[in-house]
Amino acid sequence: MDDPSFWHRLQFGFTIVYHYLFPQLTMGLALFIVLWKWRALRTGDERYDRAARFWAKIFGVNFALGVATGVPMEFQFGTNWARFSRYSAGVIGQTLAMEGMFAFFLESAFVAALVFGEAKLSRRQHFVSALAVWLGSWLSGYFIVTTNAFMQHPAGHALLEGVLVLDQPARFLLNGWAIVEYAHTMAASVVTGAFVVSAVGAFYLLRGKHAQQASLYLKWGTRVGLVACVLVAFPTGDRQAKLVAEYQPVTLAAMEGRFESGDHAELTFIGQPNVPERRIDNAIRAPMVLSILAYGTPSRSVLGLKEFPPDTWPSNIELLYYSFHVMAGLGTLFILLMALSVWLGYRGRLEQQRPVLWLLLLAFPFPYIATTAGWMTAELGRQPWLVYGLFRTVNGYSASVSTGNTIFTLLGFSGLYFVLGLVFLFLVGREISHGPEEGAAHG
Amino acid sequence: MAELWFGLLGLMLVTYVVLDGFDFGAGVLHLFVAKSDAERRTVLSAIGPFWDGNEVWLIAAGGVLFVAFPDVLTTAFPAFYLALHLVLWCFVLRGIAIEVRSHVADAMWRALWDALFAVSSSLLALLFGVAFGNVVRGVPLTDAGNFTMPFFTNFRASGQVGLLDYYTLSVGALSVLLLAAHSAAFLAWRTAGVVRDRCLSLERKLWPAVGVAFALVSLETLFVRPDLLAHLAQRQTAWLGIAIAFGGAALLIRSRRGQLDGQAFLGSCALIVGVLAAAGAGLYPVFLHSTLDPRFDLDAFHQARNSIGMRFALGWWPFAFALAVSYLVNVFRANRERAREDNY
Repeated sequence: MDDPSFWHRLQFGFTIVYHYLFPQLTMGLALFIVLWKWRALRTGDERYDRAARFWAKIFGVNFALGVATGVPMEFQFGTNWARFSRYSAGVIGQTLAMEGMFAFFLESAFVAALVFGEAKLSRRQHFVSALAVWLGSWLSGYFIVTTNAFMQHPAGHALLEGVLVLDQPARFLLNGWAIVEYAHTMAASVVTGAFVVSAVGAFYLLRGKHAQQASLYLKWGTRVGLVACVLVAFPTGDRQAKLVAEYQPVTLAAMEGRFESGDHAELTFIGQPNVPERRIDNAIRAPMVLSILAYGTPSRSVLGLKEFPPDTWPSNIELLYYSFHVMAGLGTLFILLMALSVWLGYRGRLEQQRPVLWLLLLAFPFPYIATTAGWMTAELGRQPWLVYGLFRTVNGYSASVSTGNTIFTLLGFSGLYFVLGLVFLFLVGREISHGPEEGAAHG
Repeated sequence: MAELWFGLLGLMLVTYVVLDGFDFGAGVLHLFVAKSDAERRTVLSAIGPFWDGNEVWLIAAGGVLFVAFPDVLTTAFPAFYLALHLVLWCFVLRGIAIEVRSHVADAMWRALWDALFAVSSSLLALLFGVAFGNVVRGVPLTDAGNFTMPFFTNFRASGQVGLLDYYTLSVGALSVLLLAAHSAAFLAWRTAGVVRDRCLSLERKLWPAVGVAFALVSLETLFVRPDLLAHLAQRQTAWLGIAIAFGGAALLIRSRRGQLDGQAFLGSCALIVGVLAAAGAGLYPVFLHSTLDPRFDLDAFHQARNSIGMRFALGWWPFAFALAVSYLVNVFRANRERAREDNY
């Protein structure tokens, strides 16, 4: 805590985790709205228009919160991380500028038409608005994930006069790490959207309200959700793990709390990392699984932390270990829950199974926890580097900003975001209790 | 290359001021030109389809500053740490206020968000004016290439200056007046009925006030930055800017006689574009002028090393810019009719 970078990291971590609660639902819901508007366009079925109309209202509030909490993220590169920005702007400045110019303009130009424009627009025009908003939000995701991927696995850069410059634009923009990370992140955002849609469907069925719409939400939520849950794990999560094993072996060791090297490496399901004693306490393990996950073969040796100099170890191994295990454990449970729901739905019994509906209702916070834990795994796993192997986090913060100022703004963000959270829950709660209604058709 | 990017960045920032200016100004005017709930909804309907996209011009310009002139961004942002956080929090509150205000049909709820919209917009208009004042006046850049600055020192505009002094506050006040007048022209064009009437009558007071404030700020600038006048006289862009500004003012006056609302707003846009273009031409190539010693100035040529990166950016930028402009035209076309209360 005497290290100023601690407070800068805490502020950035807090504001980015809070911010990302909104875009993940934006990106996930945008896909559902596009799918429903497309079905409405193809079949002329008013049920899909009603579904899209109801979710567009929630989308609108969620989008506004995402924009409001996103602007501070851009500014903090300059205010809090000036030395990092000076070092890396020549490369990551590209994607940050492209995100604004290609993605945000597109989203902002069509979001009002999507949320407020249905009465004025034709079905086709309204569908195009939904498509543009979906494309904008997913493009924005690509540019920001590419920025992060460069920090995880730098590519396409050169070092000139002590700072990074762009050398091979294509290698930077089509970084293999970025493509895997993007697929994994987008699939996870669809999981969040699917759980939220399913939870509202389950809620209405449990209350005996809006039965027709509720069935639609449940059917689409669980089916799209199952596909997305599987995609998060395989191939995207699996490929991501293999990239970490290949390029950040010390991170893989820390994620697993693995101190000793050895072949036929076992996977730790559960247990407490004991860093001072260099071991996992009370571990329950599965033999050979880690070797298979990391390298695709049961015999291959997986290095332990002892093989690496301690000053390259991730700085908070306990938190990293738990984040990874929370993410992976929840991801597995999501597949089971969605598979069960889809199977029951297929048999026509889901809507009568009140315990499963309760499970689906109460499950909606957990994708948010899983995505947060996933990002914490990525970001804690990258430590002690800000740009992996090139630039350390302790050298990145703005040296001229006093710790008092950083704590002050951190407190300010906490208070402001608390109030925003209350407003958000109040408004979305109102929309959900109000429910989908018959409304104006297309003009 | 640096000259070109200075120009492109300037183009984006001027577009930002003209566009977000009319919705900031709508916040400044909100409580005065719209009294009833229906009138306030009319004002919000008028800016509703635009304000979010307008704000993106700042984010996009910030991105271009980041990639083209990172030393400027990373020198100025930490030095303005608290002021920029104040700006951020105003942005957050303002965006939320616009979005949530009409969700609940309750007089107190709406009064609260109307007030927050008005206060945060006015503060932003003031702070952006103050920021521009700081750029013109200069900041206490040292030979180490950095600076720190308190909110205020002795309110004089030389030496160890603060964020606020008589000069930057004058520019802030001019900014509030100018954006209010600009927005009155926008709302007079985009609304009908009593809101339009109030905007037209406010314009008759606001534009003369802008003229007086502008004359005062120009006079102050002669004392604060005497070197700028020489720059202005030498540069063709500056003369072009002054011509556009005069053309805009003439169009504004002429179209108000004939009740041509769209042309009046166009005149207001041209006025702002012209003044900012002239100011930018006068400041070029310096981004951050040092109040301590002109040798410590941070200019556009300070970094021109990232040649592949800047060529790559020049490849995608025109394409992205054309797309952004086409969206803007599309939004204006889709919202051709004057705003009514029931649209938002």
